Amino acid sequence: MSLVNTEAQPDLLVVQDFSLRFRGAPSDQINRVSFSVGSGKTLCIVGESGCGKSVTSLAMMGLLPAGAAQINSGKMLFEGQAMNLADPKAMRKIRGSRMTMIFQEPMSSLNPVFRIGDQIVEAVKAHSDATDAQARDRAVAMLQRVGIPAPAKRMRDYPHQLSGGMRQRVMIAMALVNDPALLIADEPTTALDVTIQAQILELIRDLQAETGMGTIMITHDLGVVAEIADTVAVMYAGTVVETGPAERIFNDPQHPYTIGLMSSIPQLTGARGRLSTVPGMVPTARNMPAGCRFSTRCPFARPVCTTEPPLVEIGDGHQAACHFAPLEIKLKESA
Amino acid sequence: MLSFILRRVVIAIPTIILISIFVFTLQKLLPGDPVLAMAGEERDPQVLEFLREKYRLNDPIPVQYFTWIGNALRGDLGISLRTNQPVLELIAQKLPVTIQLAAMAMIFALLIGIPAGIFSAVKKGTIVDYIANVVALSGLSIPNFWLGIMLILLVSVKWKLLPASGYVPLSEDPVRSITVMIMPAFVLGTALAATLMRHTRSAMLGVLNSDYVRTARAKGLVERRVILKHAFRNALTPIVTLTALLFGELIAGAVLTEQIFTIPGFGKLVVDAVFNRDYAVVQGIVLVTAVGFIFMNLLADVAYVLLNPRLRKQ
Repeated sequence: MSLVNTEAQPDLLVVQDFSLRFRGAPSDQINRVSFSVGSGKTLCIVGESGCGKSVTSLAMMGLLPAGAAQINSGKMLFEGQAMNLADPKAMRKIRGSRMTMIFQEPMSSLNPVFRIGDQIVEAVKAHSDATDAQARDRAVAMLQRVGIPAPAKRMRDYPHQLSGGMRQRVMIAMALVNDPALLIADEPTTALDVTIQAQILELIRDLQAETGMGTIMITHDLGVVAEIADTVAVMYAGTVVETGPAERIFNDPQHPYTIGLMSSIPQLTGARGRLSTVPGMVPTARNMPAGCRFSTRCPFARPVCTTEPPLVEIGDGHQAACHFAPLEIKLKESA
Repeated sequence: MLSFILRRVVIAIPTIILISIFVFTLQKLLPGDPVLAMAGEERDPQVLEFLREKYRLNDPIPVQYFTWIGNALRGDLGISLRTNQPVLELIAQKLPVTIQLAAMAMIFALLIGIPAGIFSAVKKGTIVDYIANVVALSGLSIPNFWLGIMLILLVSVKWKLLPASGYVPLSEDPVRSITVMIMPAFVLGTALAATLMRHTRSAMLGVLNSDYVRTARAKGLVERRVILKHAFRNALTPIVTLTALLFGELIAGAVLTEQIFTIPGFGKLVVDAVFNRDYAVVQGIVLVTAVGFIFMNLLADVAYVLLNPRLRKQ
């Protein structure tokens, strides 16, 4: 299976055939997921709630609660090194230094009883031998970079003294203070006002341009994807159903689920009518269909869909996990 | 901060007044005549009348209350009907004994209860958690007096490790004083440790799933720091409340424990006073205990503000 790699240089992070099952679940929550992201690039993992995008990212950080889930298969290469997701010590070393993460809920992601300055300083000192003064200097400089006014003064603030947007900036400062190679942002703007959303996205993009870090943006917001993605991985029920360069996913979606997702974006122009939706519900781990997990809701489903579809290369790193990809040609043939 | 403390003190005043009225009324409602208890075999009506007059027991009850509370405010809690000693002096003699017992019991309770609670929360659902819960439940279910007697039998009588009873003032011989007090303090502390453990466990479980604990892990902190700093600091508020409230249980438990180990403390004073209808002493003790309880909760309120920056004035 070839991976999305439009650059000549090796990818920063490569995840291959990653499967995970929650304790006691009858089927794999995450089923053979593969994706990659290069330095300075942004990969958007898109999908609706419960499709496994957050679980996947937490697993990559080694942040899933111990014993809650079992990793059944998969390889992760980070900065050219094979990482063992089941080795907490090794994961802790890269976590917070080379690979960092920001979360959806800025209101509750900072510890309410400690000053924000101390929380950032703690992140610095966890991964270096910096003195208190050095760590403070770095924290102040970082707060400045994420656009917090009077950063030296703000260091002494508690989280409740800051607005949601400011707190997310603090989270970003904390994530970037150790100069990570990869930032995983799990719906970082979902809980924020629209104007603040745009500011935060712009901030992440600017910092990415400055530092050359790779970014994985997890979102269900196709507007965010259109804005910042270089490559996109569309997830459905724990599988990657389609992946490729952003413009190809938007302009020429090949998987029936992606097509449904794209047509559900409200348009400002054109005829007005009912908003298009994908009929049916996402299957749960208990009633996961055999073969293609989208087959129960797919308008094109055929008997062959009860077998697991291969990830078909369509060109330019664009791949779709469908028996009928590329759709127009194959459907014509089967008709 | 100072204005906050002052406000709390002012709020505590009506509470203390209510308690004093309550204590006083309850005493008057109790069956039995203190004068009869005092007079013993003497049943001469004239003597009884003389005693009633002397202790002003013939005054209307409100007048008796105001006389009592007025004196109490001046530091005069009256005279013991039984021993003729000033009540304040009696209390001052016995209080240090009980404070030492209570403090040592609380130290036991905190040293056992909090680590056990943290541990069982972190190891939730494992055998460690299960064992900790069974032990805690036993700690709650085993009555003080039974545990006390068993310990005396084993540790003192059979193994001869610790003395079975008695008391040595801390100022006289600190080492011996603490040694003598270890067993009673342990007995008194176990039930509290169990309560503390259960509450610490549930407070920690609530906090361990929070987003900021996930953030602390995402920073790559070692697990010990995540739990003891980021989680425990946030779990501390309910624990502090509980500790202050346990003060009441501590005093009640001390009464029983002092009886078992024949410690000449507050508890023994209360029991003797109640049996002898020594009104002045009972009232004095309850008042002092209530004020102590309010003071502990005042400390807890102050601790909240120190622990929770959201309550601090900006």
